[in-house]
Amino acid sequence: MAFGKPDLSSISPKGATFDPALVNKMMGKFGHGGFLNMEYVGHGGDWVELAIDWREDLVADPDTGILASAVIISLMDNATSMSIWTKLGEFRPQVTMDLRIDYLRPSPSGERVYGRGICYHLTNSIGFVRGFAHNGNPDEPLAHASGTFIRIGDRVA
Amino acid sequence: MIDMPALPPYARALDMRIVDELDGAPVIAMPFADRVQGRPGFLHGGAISGLLEIAAIAAIHRALRAKGSDSAIKQVNVTVDFMRGGVDHMTFAVGEVTRLGRTMANVEARAWQEDRDKPIAMGYMHYLIRAKREG
Repeated sequence: MAFGKPDLSSISPKGATFDPALVNKMMGKFGHGGFLNMEYVGHGGDWVELAIDWREDLVADPDTGILASAVIISLMDNATSMSIWTKLGEFRPQVTMDLRIDYLRPSPSGERVYGRGICYHLTNSIGFVRGFAHNGNPDEPLAHASGTFIRIGDRVA
Repeated sequence: MIDMPALPPYARALDMRIVDELDGAPVIAMPFADRVQGRPGFLHGGAISGLLEIAAIAAIHRALRAKGSDSAIKQVNVTVDFMRGGVDHMTFAVGEVTRLGRTMANVEARAWQEDRDKPIAMGYMHYLIRAKREG
């Protein structure tokens, strides 16, 4: 089921420079990114930062209001994925091979969570990524991430 | 902290349910829907990770209760291997507590769709165990 979501390659055509703000308008509006309401925050040559607002229905522990750990995984998955296309300068189909998250501290109840994904190495098939999550001050991270993405198939014409 | 079998708000928001039991651990099911979709037609890795997380928490709570413990848990880290794309099917997950010590627990969780021998993802988690304070 496509649920009417357009294909990513259609808004990031070959030859066009990859625009993470534009692409997040789709990745953060439809599907799981839409459910989490992921917002574009900023980007550089090899990084993309996204954010998710705290919400009661994203909580894993009602006693403390701490977000489900998978909310941070989704945030880091999207931010690191987009950091690869940003470094590459264009979209290429890929899937997450693995992702590791270390939780340094909980994200406090009610606080917005920022996730910065960084692509530190690219080969023809693999994107190597790392990143961190924070509550507004990048010097006080709440989680660290590292992972790999593998390219799949060829660009759909 | 996190109580089972009452699933937390995050799990309810993604329509997860306890549907079965396997080797003493609850099996959690999550239906395919737009809110768990990543690239068109496939589950988002974060939603699969969420199902693994809920299965892992359910398994560890069951294991703690079997020991007569009411300790709380705190997740330290997780590694998720994504093995196959999750398609438009019901997805299931179950956790296995591979080691339950006094201070920490190792948990593995497996997610699958039609065939449990063909996992779509595996999660490997470490949890701190903290005794609940009296009163």
